[in-house]
Amino acid sequence: MKTDIVLAGVGGQGILSIATILGAAALNEDLYIKQAEVHGMSQRGGDVQSNLRISSSPIASDLIPLGGADLIVSLEPMEALRYVQYLKPGGWIVTSTAPFVNIPAYPEMSVIEAELNKWPHTVAFDMEEMAKEVATQRSSNMVLLGAAAPFIDLETEKIEQGIRTVFGAKGEKIVESNLKAFRAGLEFAKSKM
Amino acid sequence: MNSKHLLLGDEALALGAINAGLSGVYAYPGTPSTEITEFIQLNPLARERKLHSHWSANEKTAMEEALGMSFCGKRALVCMKHVGMNVAADGFVNSAFTGANGGLVVVAADDPSMHSSQNEQDSRFYAQFAFIPSLEPSSQQEAYDMMAYAYDFSEKMGLPVLMRMVTRMAHSRGVVKTGEVREQNPVKYPEKTRQWVLMPSNSKVRYKELLADWDKCREASENSPFNTYTDGPDHSKGIIANGIAYNYLMECFPEGCPFPVLKISQYPLPEKLIRRLVDECDSVLVVEEGQPFIEERIKGMLGTPKPIMGKLTGLLPRTGELNPDFVRKALDLPELPREEASQVVMPRPPALCQGCSHRDVYAALNDVLKEYENPKVFGDIGCYTLGWLSPFNAIDTVVDMGASISMAKGAADAGQHPSVAIIGDSTFTHSGMTPLLDAINENNRMVAIISDNLTTGMTGGQDSQGTGKLEDICIGLGADPAHVRTIDALPKLHSELMDLLREEIEYPGLSVVICRRECIQTARRHAAAKAKEAAKK
Ligand SMILES: Cc1ncc(C[n+]2csc(CCOP(=O)(O)OP(=O)(O)O)c2C)c(N)n1
Ligand code: SF4
Repeated sequence: MKTDIVLAGVGGQGILSIATILGAAALNEDLYIKQAEVHGMSQRGGDVQSNLRISSSPIASDLIPLGGADLIVSLEPMEALRYVQYLKPGGWIVTSTAPFVNIPAYPEMSVIEAELNKWPHTVAFDMEEMAKEVATQRSSNMVLLGAAAPFIDLETEKIEQGIRTVFGAKGEKIVESNLKAFRAGLEFAKSKM
Repeated sequence: MNSKHLLLGDEALALGAINAGLSGVYAYPGTPSTEITEFIQLNPLARERKLHSHWSANEKTAMEEALGMSFCGKRALVCMKHVGMNVAADGFVNSAFTGANGGLVVVAADDPSMHSSQNEQDSRFYAQFAFIPSLEPSSQQEAYDMMAYAYDFSEKMGLPVLMRMVTRMAHSRGVVKTGEVREQNPVKYPEKTRQWVLMPSNSKVRYKELLADWDKCREASENSPFNTYTDGPDHSKGIIANGIAYNYLMECFPEGCPFPVLKISQYPLPEKLIRRLVDECDSVLVVEEGQPFIEERIKGMLGTPKPIMGKLTGLLPRTGELNPDFVRKALDLPELPREEASQVVMPRPPALCQGCSHRDVYAALNDVLKEYENPKVFGDIGCYTLGWLSPFNAIDTVVDMGASISMAKGAADAGQHPSVAIIGDSTFTHSGMTPLLDAINENNRMVAIISDNLTTGMTGGQDSQGTGKLEDICIGLGADPAHVRTIDALPKLHSELMDLLREEIEYPGLSVVICRRECIQTARRHAAAKAKEAAKK
């Protein structure tokens, strides 16, 4: 198996929480992992991305080549579009639709939506709304992870195991709430495939 | 104690050092090196062993403190970002002359592409110039494995070792298998004592030894487990790749590289291995992360008519970091099929956080300086550097840590008025105190604003060494207490801050204005930690 993922968002949104869970799941499965993160620049609000590569055979590069990604997972719609040149033809975009507007030149939402709709393989929804509905707003990243799960070459149960590993120390209630969020995202994505 | 972990390159290096019997890390924060020290600060074994891990005031003090630990026979680590090498250079270069007693490893984390830096520089030049052997990992596993190797090598050769990281290795995770844990060294003083006193009579003797040792280090590079020669069927081209560049090369050949490849991860350069590659191939491609260090050297070293291609010939970009795409192109491989880039995406530059205290300082400063004809504001390095961007456009220069105060002094000497320096608290204790002493001694007409947010914000909120002592430091250096003034940096004190700044700009001598309020990111973390502590009780 091999899945190359570009994780995208705005500084402070917490893209690394998604990477942490997939990393834990892949480590449990004895898979190879490379994950290039962006650190530094503590201030919030700039664009951030992380390249996550999971494979059953050794991985050479920490960075995904142009045209190498199977999937873009983004916490913000314009940030999803920033990396489409990294997608393989036919690759998927899984993104939240709630815009994070902190620049004057942020495009009209209709422009972003139209652009996203150009990609036939898109799962787009407001992750915070869905998280609030099924669990709490804090679990919105897990909703997004759930929506990405069908496109990742890891069994769903293994990812759920990763959620248990990462949130285990915070108690059963938090684990359950995150699993609920994860499953809601998963169901939504399946309905769009 | 063999186990598997998913670690950042920085963390793998830190764990490798702890398991190699480290006794102390000395560092000043700097992206992308900060996580090494932070990992050691939190690691259970490091805590149990009470390893030194307190932050140092700057890279030079860190370098020399580690040298002191090495003098006593213990293994020490120094970590810094690439520009930290400029600050530590005096200690670093001279440490080749003193040599190391206990193993001494200096980590320099280079930042090609300037993800979070003011320049690009390649620390391999420092190592070469100082006659200090260096290592450069190409995987997280190597970052781990190299530490035990580096400490043994440092003790065997009696020399410090430079470990060169780059951002993509420092900040990328991979699976790492860990090995045995070694005990710390006991205290043991140097057997050769003269070389620790760098007087000409001693150093003249030592310099010759150092050059002889350099040949031995080269021999070690020829036989290093990290410098590997892999043959291939197609000898039309031979490829040399260093550290992480090796990964990008291999990414281009999932089925294995058809050309002979020399991976270089230990320096000085292994001349024999390089010669073998050149002799066996019709041309050479150098795929190098950083400046064309290898490329320039082999051109001089070999005197061969065979073409040597790389950054100097324009086949690879001269600036910025490499990636698999640049390497594909240099190899003449077709691009992968891909989607077109979207045209609607806008840049999203970083900005000061909403609610950041630096905002209040710049707002007041700008409003006061409107009253003057040609005010000049000398900035410095930290989150507050973003004051150059709109909406503030508040500073005229940013150079290196501490340069705000020194340049404001030089400008005042040139007759500039108002001459204002703005510097963060951590930068002030890093390199701002000495130029302030100069300005105090000449009572220059200038204002040094210390925007004190009680932390090292830019690098993620590490403790700042001057917290709680800034007024005392300035007065202790000789500043007139009547012109060392403190105010809270709050929006509601806007006009008070303006008045205060105006008074001090009008004062015909040196003043220090300390604007204080905690960084909101650190404050949030402190509040969360407090709440957690309270919940436990
Ligand atoms: C010689 C050198 N060391 C380290 C750094 C990395 N660095 C840049 S800004 C900064 C900290 C600044 O802290 P402070 O002055 O308190 O300002 P703040 O970011 O908190 O506003 C550091 C460590 C650097 N650029 N140069
Ligand atoms: S991290 Fe702290 S110092 Fe930096 S911009 Fe944010 S609030 Fe200001």
